[in-house]
Amino acid sequence: MSKVLVIAEHDGNKLNASTAKCVACASGIPDSEIHVVIFASAGEKLAADAAGLASVDKVMYVDNSSNEHALAAVLAPQIVSLAGDYTHIFGPSTTFGKDLMPRVAALLDVNQISDVMEVIGSHSFKRPIYAGNAILTVEAPEGTAVVATVRTASYRAVGNGGAAPVEQITVSADLPQHTRFVSLQAGKSDRPDLQTASKVVSGGRALASSENFEIIFRLAEALGAGVGASRAAVDAGYVPNELQVGQTGKIIAPDLYIAIGISGAIQHLTGIKDAGTIVAINKDADAPIFDVADIGLVGDLFKIIPELEKAIRS
Amino acid sequence: MEKILVGLKRVVDYNVRVRVKSDGSGVDTDGVKMSINPFDEIALEEALRIRERGEAKEVIVVSIGTSEAQQQLRTGLAMGADRAILVESTTAVDPLTSAKMFLKLIEKENPDLVILGKQAIDNDNIQTGQMLAALWGRPQATFASELVFDGNRAKVTREVDIGLETIEIDLPAVITADLRLNEPRYVKLPDIMKAKKKPLEQISAADLAVATVNALVESAYEPPQQRQKGIMVSDVPELVAALKDKGLV
Ligand SMILES: Cc1cc2nc3c(=O)[nH]c(=O)nc-3n(C[C@H](O)[C@H](O)[C@H](O)COP(=O)(O)OP(=O)(O)OC[C@H]3O[C@@H](n4cnc5c(N)ncnc54)[C@H](O)[C@@H]3O)c2cc1C
Ligand SMILES: Nc1ncnc2c1ncn2[C@@H]1O[C@H](COP(=O)(O)O)[C@@H](O)[C@H]1O
Repeated sequence: MSKVLVIAEHDGNKLNASTAKCVACASGIPDSEIHVVIFASAGEKLAADAAGLASVDKVMYVDNSSNEHALAAVLAPQIVSLAGDYTHIFGPSTTFGKDLMPRVAALLDVNQISDVMEVIGSHSFKRPIYAGNAILTVEAPEGTAVVATVRTASYRAVGNGGAAPVEQITVSADLPQHTRFVSLQAGKSDRPDLQTASKVVSGGRALASSENFEIIFRLAEALGAGVGASRAAVDAGYVPNELQVGQTGKIIAPDLYIAIGISGAIQHLTGIKDAGTIVAINKDADAPIFDVADIGLVGDLFKIIPELEKAIRS
Repeated sequence: MEKILVGLKRVVDYNVRVRVKSDGSGVDTDGVKMSINPFDEIALEEALRIRERGEAKEVIVVSIGTSEAQQQLRTGLAMGADRAILVESTTAVDPLTSAKMFLKLIEKENPDLVILGKQAIDNDNIQTGQMLAALWGRPQATFASELVFDGNRAKVTREVDIGLETIEIDLPAVITADLRLNEPRYVKLPDIMKAKKKPLEQISAADLAVATVNALVESAYEPPQQRQKGIMVSDVPELVAALKDKGLV
């Protein structure tokens, strides 16, 4: 029997979809009991949301003003104090989990399994390495906690319909003062979130300016899609960093991904491997993006995109 | 600040498309171009800029790896690091063990700052910096895209999923570099010559007396599922029709 502790990700108001994806991964562990823990300044409502997730057996929340903003150095000792008899401690492979979970693992003196994409057994997992060019099977040692991050693009969020008991708990841990939150500059939230959108339209270097990038936003709006970008487009300042898709940006799995003026470097393709349908629009018929695209169209994006937007709107 | 320690991992160059060996025992790295992990180059560039602004005195580059990692350390010295330390290990070292080795060096060198890359692009682990900070009991600022120092403190802007987060940390601390922190300089030929004279200390991993515990066993490697090349359409109406076919618009 396994006992899995899932560390919830949230923004203080609602759970991030990554939490339900971690639960989905945890539920793949044979004979597992799944607990979710929420660290917040006021976590009651978040806990109620987590309790409604299918497969969850128990929800705990820890209220503390120090937990208002997720700081790894502050959260890690609290998680360690809860680790007790959990066989597994899971967090999402988002910037939240990637920052936090290795700190937890080190305090427990274990290695972390990063980016779990498949559960083979309670101590056996698959994960991508080399930007997804190889899939590695790793076996974790028995007798110590398995600390892992879950590759969210590999899992569908569990649904609702759960009714797990909720418990407010306190933890005794020394919380450091050496790390302090200052500010958060969040991107626009009036668009579908890139990580959960069912459709995503991405633009690359070919857009050539932030003014030109507007045509990508307009097409996305017509489709009800989220917007992404290649690293080249982000580096050039056409769009902010949180839109970057790829090995070092976001790994996403929308039903529809439209890559516009993006060549298809391996680092970019890593981010879209699990997309349902990939559409590529590029003026170079030999661009590597066409090797992975389900539908390809060769041509000038500045001509094609306005036409496509019109066709979709009509 | 007196000292900054920077990690330089020797990895397969980012332009190489690695392949899994046909027997599934690993990835084929024979004769493949090796380089400094790209994020570590950014980490080093940042350390050099801090020193050049007069905010630090010495930059030490550290690599844990085979003796071949001397090449990457020499490149780091040519970029401008003052000295190098190679922790020689004939086998690959996992992030927990690497973090413990870095900690041993920290105890010896007493740096004010450790800058690592956010991610080594071979195993894509994204762990070492966070683990080191935990074991050292010090702050971590991962995925950094901007650093500003103010005496014994640093303000660090971090690239997070929803945008940019700024935190303040006390020094000493561990920072991990993201792509947009800076653009690393190119190495010039005279610097390569000069780098040959800079000190490169070699320590055997065994001398650091760090035991590997709770190792993960890498039991199999396989190639990823390949996506198939699909259809080509010749104009927008055909594209829209194909999307309608799939129920996507
Ligand atoms: C360590 C590391 C990590 C990285 N991580 C990422 C990552 O996470 N995500 C990422 O995206 N990249 C990443 N990269 C960068 C990656 O290697 C590529 O450089 C980048 O993806 C290229 O972006 P691009 O396709 O927009 O630009 P380019 O490669 O320059 O491609 C532009 C494309 O636009 C086409 N084009 C030009 N004009 C038009 C037009 N008018 N109409 C139609 N098509 C046109 C061209 O034919 C070309 O194919 C990383 C690199 C490194 C070293
Ligand atoms: N063997 C090593 N030698 C030097 N630095 C390393 C080594 N392993 C990891 N690092 C540092 O830790 C960072 C993160 O690595 P990883 O946790 O493996 O993704 C790298 O970018 C390096 O800066």
